[in-house]
Amino acid sequence: MRSRAAPWSLLGLAVLLALPWLLPQLLPQGQAQFWTASILGRAIVFGIIAMSLTFLATYGGFVSLAQMMIAGIAGYTLAIFVEGAVPRVVGLLGYGAAIPLALLAATAMGILMGAISLRSRDIYLLMITLALGMGVFRFIETNIAWFNGYEGIRNVVGPSLFGLDFRNALVFYHAALGTAALLYFGILYLVKTPFGLVLQGIRDNPRRVAALGYAVGLHRIAAFGVAGFIAGCGGVLSTIYNIGISPGSIGLGATVNILIMSVIGGLGHPIGAFIGSLIFTVLDTFAATIYDRDRFNTLIGLAFLAIVLVSPDGAIGVGARLRRLLTAQPRPASRVCGEVRSRPPSTRTAKEEPP
Amino acid sequence: MTIRMTRRAALLGGAGLAAGTLAAPAVAQPSPIRLGGLTTLEGPFATGGQDAYRCVQMELERINHTIGGRRIEFIRESSNAQADVALARARKLIEQDNVDIILGPLSGAEGIALRDYSRTLTGKTIVNGSSGASDTTLRNPSPNFFRFSTDGTQWMAGLGRHVFQQMGIREVAVTAGDYAFPYAQVFGFNLEFCRLGGRVQHYWAPLGTTDFTSQIAQINRSNAGAVVVVHGGTDGLAFMTQYAQAGGSKPLIGGSIMADQTMLSARGPHRRVMNGMISGGPIADVIDDPTWREFVERYRRRWLNEGGFQSPSIHAVNYATNLHGILHALGAVNGDLSNNQAAFQRALAAAEITAPTGAAVKLDHNRQAISDIFLNKIEERQGTAQVVAFGRTQGVNQTLGMPEAQFLQLGAPSRDNAGCVAA
Amino acid sequence: MDLAATILLNGLTLAALYFIVASGFSLIFGLMRVVNMAHGAMYLIAGYVGYAVFEPLYDRDVWYAWYVGLAAGVAFAAVFGALVQTLLLGWMQGQELRQALVTIGLSIIVADQLLATYGGTPRQFFAPDAIFGSTQVPGVGGYPTFRLVQIGVAVAVGLGLWLLLNRTKLGIMIRAGVDDRQMLGACGVNVPLVGVAVFALGAALAGLGGVIGATAQPLAQGADGRFLLISLVVVIVGGMGSVTGTALGAVLVGVAEQIGQAMFPTYSVILTFLIMVTVLALRPQGILGRA
Repeated sequence: MRSRAAPWSLLGLAVLLALPWLLPQLLPQGQAQFWTASILGRAIVFGIIAMSLTFLATYGGFVSLAQMMIAGIAGYTLAIFVEGAVPRVVGLLGYGAAIPLALLAATAMGILMGAISLRSRDIYLLMITLALGMGVFRFIETNIAWFNGYEGIRNVVGPSLFGLDFRNALVFYHAALGTAALLYFGILYLVKTPFGLVLQGIRDNPRRVAALGYAVGLHRIAAFGVAGFIAGCGGVLSTIYNIGISPGSIGLGATVNILIMSVIGGLGHPIGAFIGSLIFTVLDTFAATIYDRDRFNTLIGLAFLAIVLVSPDGAIGVGARLRRLLTAQPRPASRVCGEVRSRPPSTRTAKEEPP
Repeated sequence: MTIRMTRRAALLGGAGLAAGTLAAPAVAQPSPIRLGGLTTLEGPFATGGQDAYRCVQMELERINHTIGGRRIEFIRESSNAQADVALARARKLIEQDNVDIILGPLSGAEGIALRDYSRTLTGKTIVNGSSGASDTTLRNPSPNFFRFSTDGTQWMAGLGRHVFQQMGIREVAVTAGDYAFPYAQVFGFNLEFCRLGGRVQHYWAPLGTTDFTSQIAQINRSNAGAVVVVHGGTDGLAFMTQYAQAGGSKPLIGGSIMADQTMLSARGPHRRVMNGMISGGPIADVIDDPTWREFVERYRRRWLNEGGFQSPSIHAVNYATNLHGILHALGAVNGDLSNNQAAFQRALAAAEITAPTGAAVKLDHNRQAISDIFLNKIEERQGTAQVVAFGRTQGVNQTLGMPEAQFLQLGAPSRDNAGCVAA
Repeated sequence: MDLAATILLNGLTLAALYFIVASGFSLIFGLMRVVNMAHGAMYLIAGYVGYAVFEPLYDRDVWYAWYVGLAAGVAFAAVFGALVQTLLLGWMQGQELRQALVTIGLSIIVADQLLATYGGTPRQFFAPDAIFGSTQVPGVGGYPTFRLVQIGVAVAVGLGLWLLLNRTKLGIMIRAGVDDRQMLGACGVNVPLVGVAVFALGAALAGLGGVIGATAQPLAQGADGRFLLISLVVVIVGGMGSVTGTALGAVLVGVAEQIGQAMFPTYSVILTFLIMVTVLALRPQGILGRA
């Protein structure tokens, strides 16, 4: 499956890389730039954060709603430490040092979340990560000394890379795309390593994995750390994209948006995160033309509800179904309903099966 | 239901009118000027944003969407009062809709985000909507960000003096939100009040606090002669209600957004204690000025049956004031936006206009308004609470009359730097 | 000294409100295994609908305006809850995550439609004269009567729930349904109907909280998220699905919030979350939760 998918992924990547030169052939100049910078660029950045959730859900069975907050931790760390941010909180470091520090902070926060929620699973985990995420959000929103409260920290303009300025839309687009591609292929590689296999074992049956002598807890925490790193990359990029960060970027709405992207795209494969974020961003940008700017939330809520009701495995599930219809292949056993339905059998659901 | 209908009707109405002007035979000039609007139509601040667009639409209709011989096309966008969303919408307006000028945004953090964004643009201008953070123009100003409305610190001009001299109060309790906007307002109040010799006890509460009972218990026990309340939106309403329930009887002094129609039109026990409250701000419902009476009259005629308030809200007036600045400058250069808007921006910087309130407005070297501030009192008139102006401080600048270097020396307002410096 | 007593009493009255709202959440979760992420939306719906009924009556100055508003809000929330269970959640029984996602989608739509219908202006009920004003409390002095009423309502809700679950036929059916749905169905009980009843009851409690809460504090957009999170934290701390645990959790969270606000306002949020993290580390199922 994957070996066949890889060439397609590479082809897709090549098209995306060339897009800034392809689009102007199809669209007027201003529009082409808008599509690459403000729609695709934004979708990729959100997609990276959503992918950290998808990674945890797909391969570990953990639906964590703390990922947006973790991305925010990276963004805030960058904003606090980097030279030139307004207001200046610490502001001693250049981007070369501040960005690794931000990623480190996000990874540490991911590990911390994993450790706190270590003994919870399934729906409890969702509740706990949401509560933790919102707790950090409330703290950041009300803390002035470090986070400048409600106003947040501005003027994080981004570095210059080999003389190329991050404020240049083209540079930003390619930096975001490159990061996303590295992380995406990194995940596909990681899940085939022993670590990834144990992780998927934990998803399917944690007790058996423990009986085989693996440290289930440590693997869980490590997975949260990896997801924290991924979310951190997204957080750094989104902070540079937004020229700063404020608590609204990590509030309840933002947290739910990340979940919506992941679910709309599909929790069955990391690519779903990007498909979902692209659909979301397009809807978000053009809701005014499609429906009514004021009622964007109703529109996105209905779309989300429809996906959950009709195709719990999201847009990639729709694709998979079409493919099956066309090629008339037998259903693959595991991936059919994505993670939304294929929970590890708990005692409760087991009882509900007819005897 | 009615509100939704009217809002949609308003959007459609605007579109229809624009189309109407397009067809009019008098309009036979080059391309239209594209003016992008950015306000808050989603989330808790939506009421202010809706009202802002009412006034913008009304003022554009009055000039038949034409200035300096060119038609104005108004493109609406909306955010949810979050900086990153405002930024995404502004980018859409500039890149996708190709607007020349943005009018907006509504709230402080959005304003600072757009100020930073404006620096990355050439040949485009952002004119503030209603955001009132001082730093937007005071520290690190941007050459193409203009603000014809006054900021949170300016709005308190004259209030501290009134409390000390006219009301004879020597000690007050200040209860305020623990974030930038209340800091700026408290700073403005304290600057006058403390310099005259007044004493201030501060009670800060995080944004989003809904239970103030413990704080009110402390305030009622204190020696304070009055309570200065500087909370926004729901927090302010919660404080007032609980103050009423706890039987509070000290005179109330309000921050500028406490005495607004968005607050007074909400019903509840708070209305009883708010009667007689003194506040400072850029507008009032009743101002003894012909310009304002005419503006309110037009507003009511246009909007009262379509969901409008009895009197335009603070956000609506700020948007209208900034729009007047844009229109004045466009008129001065005859709609000429060529040469990266150089002439237009010069005209903006030099503009001297009259705000809908009748206040004279001109800009300082940071492109920030110098204008009049009103002293207001809430009075019950014909069964509705109204904000009545009884005093006016003319030509208030961003540093409240202090030399700018000295004012900047005081540092940015914060909970530890609340402006209580002796003379 | 009396300041300490006031803060404690404030904490308890706040806890009472939190308990009323969270008990509905806990009930639905404990008995149906559904994490109802639309619980805050039900709070909001009841508040707005109740207010829409209350306002014209209040304008006509009738004494029962508040009570009718309360009844309307609670009834509307109950019907809404029953519909959600019947139309959406009932046929995906056991798919916990999918049910949570459906309720998230619902809450987004509900909040937005409420904004469209009622606008962004905050609202607040006037309590009837009988329970407005202040009462002398020993050691505290004059104290808002309505907040004392809140405690009374919370105690009544707690007792009522306990009696319902332990002393009535419906309660026996509900508890049996938690342990073994198949068997209960085989005994001739209409199991889906029991589920609808539980959901309606849980939603009604959210609605009760909505009207009471909108009398004590202003009701505005955003209250849904706030009360959903409070319910989450209270239930995580107190224990999933336990009425006593919910009460304990509510008291801990309410009192901590008030102490924090009086002593160190900027960091008061941290106190609540320290409690939550400590509980999670020591007893992941909550203080009184079943393992």
